[in-house]
Amino acid sequence: MSLFLAKRFATLIGTLLFTSIVIFIVLEILPGDPALLILGIDAQPGQLEVLRQQLGLNDPAWTRYWHWVGGLLTGDFGISYAYKVPVWELIGERLQLTIPLAFISMALTAFLALVLGVYAAANHNKTGDVAIMATSQVGISIPSFWFAILLILLFAVHLGWVSAGGFPGWGAGLVPALASLILPAISLAIVQAAILARITRSSVLEVMREDFVRTARAKGVSKRAVLWGHVLRNAMIPVITVMGVQFGNLIAGTIVIEQVFTLPGLGRLMFQAINQRDLELIKNVVMLLAVFVVTINFIVDMLYVVIDPRLKVHDV
Amino acid sequence: MRRWSQLFAATVFSASLAFGPAIAQPRDTLVVGLQQEPTSLDPTADATASIDTIMSGNVFETLTTSTERGEVKPLLAKSWDVTPDGKAYTFHLNEGVKFTDGEALDSSVVKFAFDRAMAPDSVNPSKGIFSAISAIETPDPLTVVIRLKEPDAYFLNSMTMGDAAIVHPKTAAGNKTNPVGTGVYKLKQWSKGDRVVLERNPAHRDAARAALREVTFRVMPDPTAATAALMSGDVDAFPTIPAPETVEQFRKDPRFKVVVGTTEGEVILALNNGKKPFNDLRVRQAISYALNRQDIIDGAQAGLATPIGSHFPPHNPAYVDLTGRYPHDVAKAKALLKEAGYANGLEVSLQAIPFPYARRSAEIIAQQLGEAGINVKLINVEFPFWLAEVYKKKNYDMTIIAHTAPRDLGNYANGPEYFYGYDSPKFREMFADFRRTVDPAEQKKKLGDLQRFIADEAVHGFLFQLPQVGVYKADLKGYWTNAPELLMPLIDIAWVK
Repeated sequence: MSLFLAKRFATLIGTLLFTSIVIFIVLEILPGDPALLILGIDAQPGQLEVLRQQLGLNDPAWTRYWHWVGGLLTGDFGISYAYKVPVWELIGERLQLTIPLAFISMALTAFLALVLGVYAAANHNKTGDVAIMATSQVGISIPSFWFAILLILLFAVHLGWVSAGGFPGWGAGLVPALASLILPAISLAIVQAAILARITRSSVLEVMREDFVRTARAKGVSKRAVLWGHVLRNAMIPVITVMGVQFGNLIAGTIVIEQVFTLPGLGRLMFQAINQRDLELIKNVVMLLAVFVVTINFIVDMLYVVIDPRLKVHDV
Repeated sequence: MRRWSQLFAATVFSASLAFGPAIAQPRDTLVVGLQQEPTSLDPTADATASIDTIMSGNVFETLTTSTERGEVKPLLAKSWDVTPDGKAYTFHLNEGVKFTDGEALDSSVVKFAFDRAMAPDSVNPSKGIFSAISAIETPDPLTVVIRLKEPDAYFLNSMTMGDAAIVHPKTAAGNKTNPVGTGVYKLKQWSKGDRVVLERNPAHRDAARAALREVTFRVMPDPTAATAALMSGDVDAFPTIPAPETVEQFRKDPRFKVVVGTTEGEVILALNNGKKPFNDLRVRQAISYALNRQDIIDGAQAGLATPIGSHFPPHNPAYVDLTGRYPHDVAKAKALLKEAGYANGLEVSLQAIPFPYARRSAEIIAQQLGEAGINVKLINVEFPFWLAEVYKKKNYDMTIIAHTAPRDLGNYANGPEYFYGYDSPKFREMFADFRRTVDPAEQKKKLGDLQRFIADEAVHGFLFQLPQVGVYKADLKGYWTNAPELLMPLIDIAWVK
């Protein structure tokens, strides 16, 4: 492994450790007693203490922190306060929805953005470019939850092509399961695609002004071959960087989108966990999201090396 | 290319199979939408109301159950006798009752279930309902004798609650995720956060009465999602619609029926009686005079709620209408404030939790109190914060809360430690006297006196009874309109042929 990647890996570990401390401290400060929420307002006085004891809420903070981090390292994520089942079991169930949803949206985002962005750059200042840029401006401005409601009204309520929400589970078959993810994926992808298309366009435009592009054209390489073969690869660094950030945004976006489409995914689980003050669940879900984002960034760093092998030698 | 188009055609075909209209079949399934997600499936271990809605009476059974009007009727106990002093109840169990895992129900199981709920380490959310029990005897397998320390006017009603469900020693610990009950329905599938599917239990003594073979409860807290699911036909019934203002579109639609009933939820403007200025009766009365209940109901509940003048549900036979005790009268409110020494007005805060009834009412109330010279600072808080700061630490001036538990008039006898900060030895004495009363006519009279007492004291601003606004498919019948208990009995629900 190059020094570049080794450094990045050390950063990854450090970031995660720091994140775990921040998560723990924030949850300590957060007002609200999970035991009180479980018992409700009709509980008897002595019961609260019994439940707090059972949940381990009376241990000192540092004991609970080490217990948590130690558990994470050995694969023990603890027991959810509200659901009373292992946290990993809950997260595992929800990932079966959220991971495919995030990947479908990301694929959709990348496809739309690259096609539209490169097309717009190739037709700089022509009608197609102006139209795509104007449309993407609208796309950026639309909140995804509102767009989601419009999609539901059209495709579920008026046309009746898909159900208005819910997830039948992968056990119900691939087609019904995927069908229930189409509208949420489009809602999530549209804003991200609009942003990414603009980045792609400007990046491609910049590279098209480079000397080697003129040289390639002068040698007689066709415009299309230069664009897809030479320009795009060199324009990819900012695009990949933004995609890395967007993947994190997509995961965060699922919190809202899963609410609108009543999908039992990780975002909905987190929303529910926060309302229930299910601290055991919140800290693990947030930690998992942090792992996702940090890992994606690490992968992006590795892709830099693939796209631009000079990084391996010069060690940026 | 040809192969691709074939594949495409196949995909479209299978997709149309998946989304196309269902083939006609006898309608014996139902999809119910719920706002609140059940966090567990055990009503004896968690206060989450949706657990009771789904499980109580359907999967788990209790000794007694409730009618739609709140009267007690037999369930696992086919009959019972009460001693004249009201201190011993003898329950006669139905014969041949079995749990869905094949275990038989007998008196020892009942004793186990109650001992478990009363145990020191029990986290039963309604543990208090068992506090009157002094001994449980099992003279024979079908007879249970429950002795009370003193007579308890609420005892039979309390035994209808999901918290008093009869669970088996072998399966009690696993009921949170794998419920085993004696009910006419049993669990088929639980996808956490999405749905709970129940199926008819053919071995149940009343299985023939249950018309629905399968009932799916789907969780949809978002009002837009709920509306879309009803409109698209994904959901057949929504017993408590999240946003009452959306019902107009369902009223106009012949496919649906809108049903407005009452619940056990009294919505009150709670005043911190333990501190200034609310420890002064005149200030509390001024607030009651300053409130205009109908405007609050119109603005916050789309007109769909019954005003209340005390802490008692209007559907209960013992209800006394006290809404005229403090009619809306701003001049009188101002005069009372002046008398109390607040001629130049008063500054107080109002903490509002994120439930629509609370947030919306809060804004209207702030404006109404403002007219009487009470300057209200609105503070929006989350429910967990509310529980910790308002409910637990009494760190508040005013707040809006729905008391959804049945038979909660006793809150006013909880003493100054309770978040009301209300301390009335007289009320405590009256309430204790009522709890010892066995004769139903005497009970009713005393309940009336209790309602009048707290209304006179203007302990809180009594606002309205939380409605149960439900939307049902027009050809569905047999469901409850009112909710005197946290129950949704499925046994009588059926599609009209």
